Amino acid sequence: MSAMNLRRWLTALCLALFALVPVVAGVFGQPFLLDIFDRIMIISIAAVSLNLIMGYGGMISFGHAAYLGIGAYSIGIPAYYGYYDAALQLPLAIAASALFALVTGYICLRTRGVYFIMITLAFAQMAYFAFISVEEYGGDDGLVIEARSRVPAGVVDLESNVQLYYVVFAVLVGALYLVHRIVNSRFGLVIQGAKDNDERMRAIGFNTFRYRLTCYVIAGAMCGLAGWLLGNFNNFFSPEMIAWTRSGELIFMVVLGGMGSVFGPVLGTVAFIVLEEVLSGFTIYWELIFGAFLILVVVFVRGGLMGMIAKFERPRP
Amino acid sequence: MDWALLVTQILNGLQLGILLFLLAAGLTLVFGIMDFVNLAHGSLYMMGAYFCATLTYALDSFLLAVALSVPLTFAVGIVVEVLVIRHLYRRDHLDHVLATFGLILVFNSSVHMIWGAAGNPIPLPEFLDGRVELLPGVVIPVYRLLIIATGLVTAGAMYYLVQHTRLGMRIRAGASNRDMVGALGVDIKTLFTLVFGLGAAMAGLAGMMIAPITEANIGMGDDILIVAFVVIIIGGIGSVRGAFIAALVVGLIDTMGRAFLDGVLKVFMTIQNAETAAPALSAMLIYILMAAILYFRPQGLFPPKNR
Repeated sequence: MSAMNLRRWLTALCLALFALVPVVAGVFGQPFLLDIFDRIMIISIAAVSLNLIMGYGGMISFGHAAYLGIGAYSIGIPAYYGYYDAALQLPLAIAASALFALVTGYICLRTRGVYFIMITLAFAQMAYFAFISVEEYGGDDGLVIEARSRVPAGVVDLESNVQLYYVVFAVLVGALYLVHRIVNSRFGLVIQGAKDNDERMRAIGFNTFRYRLTCYVIAGAMCGLAGWLLGNFNNFFSPEMIAWTRSGELIFMVVLGGMGSVFGPVLGTVAFIVLEEVLSGFTIYWELIFGAFLILVVVFVRGGLMGMIAKFERPRP
Repeated sequence: MDWALLVTQILNGLQLGILLFLLAAGLTLVFGIMDFVNLAHGSLYMMGAYFCATLTYALDSFLLAVALSVPLTFAVGIVVEVLVIRHLYRRDHLDHVLATFGLILVFNSSVHMIWGAAGNPIPLPEFLDGRVELLPGVVIPVYRLLIIATGLVTAGAMYYLVQHTRLGMRIRAGASNRDMVGALGVDIKTLFTLVFGLGAAMAGLAGMMIAPITEANIGMGDDILIVAFVVIIIGGIGSVRGAFIAALVVGLIDTMGRAFLDGVLKVFMTIQNAETAAPALSAMLIYILMAAILYFRPQGLFPPKNR
């Protein structure tokens, strides 16, 4: 087995397992499996998009969960007025998150380091408080989404849980493929170059600001798409789901899985959500163990799960 | 506009600003000197409130409880620094954010385990529980005045400590060039621990001050922490003076926005629209301020020198 192969096999294996979950859940009569893996895959898409800017671009966004909210409210608010058409909601989710990313990114990307972390957080807080304060759309009680997005008959029916599951799966695979293509393209190399040495990239003639902003907008739109799926899956959205702690969790999933590897964030999300489910079933003080685990991971595990797996691979001949 | 209401709201804004300063001062010192992002600072604020609540019942005296809780939170700060924080100074900010995020979970869950899920109210002694008429028409709870006074005294003490003592000189030197300070023979490790404990004690004090008004509850530090971060970013990381000014500005703007924004908006739009927009806008006001300041001054109002 050559060097890259173990990780590649693992990716294929994981995706195959995801694809089989509805079958297993159906055969063994365990519908909660479908729910958990739906959630895992949707949050994975968000984590994969965060990894694009954080792992490859060095832009540590502490406000990424905001896009989940923008995506979800792009179903909720039209549905509130009786517009259920996916042809309206889906482009709205993507366009609204891309626009939010463009405007905030334009300001955020002027800053560096900790200031960047904090200003992305500030913008996410603005979105959070905006959603909380608008009583018309539920305020902090959240918004019940009456029906899932309607797709023309014959294509897919999102009201069917299994069909929604495969839509989520397809989007996840698409997102992974897109990020894979981006990071291996010229554009992706510029982004990674700007992370390592921005001055040098500018000195050799790249307008890195534009590249970084474009990357930021792509990641925002991708996460908005995840939000659209999340709203459809939950039939409900509350501002609590985009509180700043949620953005922290997303960062942790990416780091746990391994920054700067395309599939790493998916592993991180699986580990995070499964651990959360297991521990919270075990004791109401699960956050104590979970928090301690988090600290230990940061102190002792460098490079995340993907980094650990890479160590088992034989060196290239 | 009713001027008595205006004066009352200004005092309320001052009180919020003072509390924010107590939180932000420790945060900005730890940030400025150790270059460490501490999300768990809000947990120390919460610990202060819980210690004070328990001790107030045990000793039957609020003031005595505060006097004992301050060294207690100082001690908790030292323990946290030695066990966790110290190992992370050489790491990047991302690791700081994650590890202290884990600490928040540990603190919240521990408090849940020890004190239970319900909030703990703190009764005030009678002489603090009343109201005074400061000016004709301006009636203010005595306790709020005490908060403002405590904060101002603490700010003064801190100014003295940082500007006029040997320890303060080392802290300032550490903020501008820590490697050089270490090379000159200052025990930088102990200095860091001490600064962290000091920040913890001030955060704890802020928690003790607010708890009689809101009661001590789980996660009370999580939201105000973000506001404290806004304060130190606006003020310029590492600058105590910047933190003081920014804390008062943020406190005043937040309070004024919540009190008067709907009135202002009603001048420009229909009453119904104003009532919808005002709460959203006033909650966002300080973040808008921060984004605007960072846009024009990416390093805050009082950027640290020599870095």
